[in-house]
Amino acid sequence: MKDDDHIIVVENLVKKFGSFVANDNLNFFVRRGEIFGFLGANGAGKTTAIKILSGLSKPSSGKASVAGFDVGRQSEKVKRNIGYMSQRFSLYDDMTVKENFRFYGGIYGLSAKGIKQKTAHLLQKLDMLDYKDMLLSKIPLGWKQKLAFSVAVMHDPAVVFLDEPTGGVDPITRRQFWELIYEKASEGTTIFVTTHYMDEAEYCERVSIMSEGRIEALDTPSNLKKKYNVNTMDEVFVRIARSDA
Amino acid sequence: MRTILYILQKEFIQVFRDKTMLPIIFVVPIVQLLILSYTATFEIKNIDLVVVDHDKSVVSAKIISKFSGSAFFNFKGVVDSYEEGENSLRNDYADQVVVIEPGFERNLQVEKQARIQVVTNAINGSAASLMSAYSISIIADFNREIIVDAFPLANIELPIRTQPNFWYNPELNYMTFMVPGILVLLVTIIGMFLSGMNLVKEKEIGTIEQINVTPIKKYQFIAGKLLPFWVIANIDLAIGLLMAYLVFRIPVVGSLPLLFGVASVYLVAILSIGLFISTMTNTIQQSMFISWFFLVVFILMSGLFTPIESMPDWAQDLNYINPVAYFIKINRMIMLKGSGFADFARDFYLLLIYAVSVLSFAIFRYKKRI
Repeated sequence: MKDDDHIIVVENLVKKFGSFVANDNLNFFVRRGEIFGFLGANGAGKTTAIKILSGLSKPSSGKASVAGFDVGRQSEKVKRNIGYMSQRFSLYDDMTVKENFRFYGGIYGLSAKGIKQKTAHLLQKLDMLDYKDMLLSKIPLGWKQKLAFSVAVMHDPAVVFLDEPTGGVDPITRRQFWELIYEKASEGTTIFVTTHYMDEAEYCERVSIMSEGRIEALDTPSNLKKKYNVNTMDEVFVRIARSDA
Repeated sequence: MRTILYILQKEFIQVFRDKTMLPIIFVVPIVQLLILSYTATFEIKNIDLVVVDHDKSVVSAKIISKFSGSAFFNFKGVVDSYEEGENSLRNDYADQVVVIEPGFERNLQVEKQARIQVVTNAINGSAASLMSAYSISIIADFNREIIVDAFPLANIELPIRTQPNFWYNPELNYMTFMVPGILVLLVTIIGMFLSGMNLVKEKEIGTIEQINVTPIKKYQFIAGKLLPFWVIANIDLAIGLLMAYLVFRIPVVGSLPLLFGVASVYLVAILSIGLFISTMTNTIQQSMFISWFFLVVFILMSGLFTPIESMPDWAQDLNYINPVAYFIKINRMIMLKGSGFADFARDFYLLLIYAVSVLSFAIFRYKKRI
């Protein structure tokens, strides 16, 4: 495995808030085009890590690079190469679908023509072309999340960070959401995703499980199940999250 | 540059899609201008007056008719005892009590000297001195009449005659003085609050996080938050000037482009203060409270209601960092005196430095990192 195949490299990453250690010496890498599941209980330090990797927060010590740029020193270059979608509202409720696409396409530097084509293409894939002039506030949550994902990948970023993208979404829409993720990954985009749904963890190529700021396990879902001698990721998760509690 | 255009497009869409925004932008300033201009008056009219007439003579009746005939006084009646007069002051029935001593007429005719007591409610000191000035001038008038009656041939011309000449506001109309200041007030409120609330709203609903992971530059984001309200405040100023002309008949004596030029710089300063506050706060509540705090201090010290020259030295020095004071002064100079740029160049340059500094602070203080 060549090193430049590792699109995310994290070395001895530590993040402290006062005396509280949110991320305790993280070390891992993510391969280009991989779907990487980033699991952990609430408060385990996932969101802190994702914020550091997306350039929103500075590491206390250690190093991390995303798409070849250092997240501490070159955060604005990192931002140019990533997409980001969180469970919180990321699109503007008081703007239409089309206006949201246009705004985010515009600030990532897409041409007017590029924005039009991308918007049409992405909406067609979601089968939502008819809704392009509808206000976001009128659109159901599950659809919003799919739209938010499409907006996050509109500028064809090298890595997409998804922070609990399917929280509060119904099972059918979740499945459709993961189809979108697979399709984007097949185009070579790296997917870095956090989730609390263990069935979704099964969809990932590799997963890491965090507990109390540390990564306790990192492997493919099948290897993890073998290692802990259980049948489901659910049980793996409970073993690891409970062992420290 | 293209990025800023996309940001501006987004901001304008959002501002004008908000149903409460249009009334805020257009109705609020008009109502403020109309209400404040009529009510923020320093003229003392309708002084409630009670007379204690111990004399009940022809002369005392004459004096009472002088007071009751005056437009400044609201004559509430004659009472018989001093106690009743004092009571009417105490329970706010009267603002002023005039006491005519017993034997007033007799004293005047026999002793050639008589006394009148004027008691004024002086809770509001400046109003009280005006009230007592009015009564004294009525009594002085009456004095003169007595002298003329008694010595019809006497020459009572005074050796020094003053002929007051009031420039820039010849009719001493308080509205002429107030309206330019109130215009400043209303663009200030609109500008400072709307820009600050808008930025902090993105923090409250969480969309700022999405903005912060994009490669948007800090100055681009701040420009996007500043420009729409800069345009709106300028439009409000235009509406206000039109109203001032149509309703209060106050034209702009000086140059209109010059006025808007100064306003443009001033608005950058005010909007930047609003944005600066909102970069430091996390909720609309916090941002509004801090904005109000500064705004109230700025307005009270601005010279809108009370002349800056009569403030203590430290307060006058403090006004160096009060943008509202600069613009009220300049606006009055342009609107009423027709002053040119050279007349207020120093104030303008200070305002310019101010605007650039606060804008830089706001951009610097806005953090794309948490």
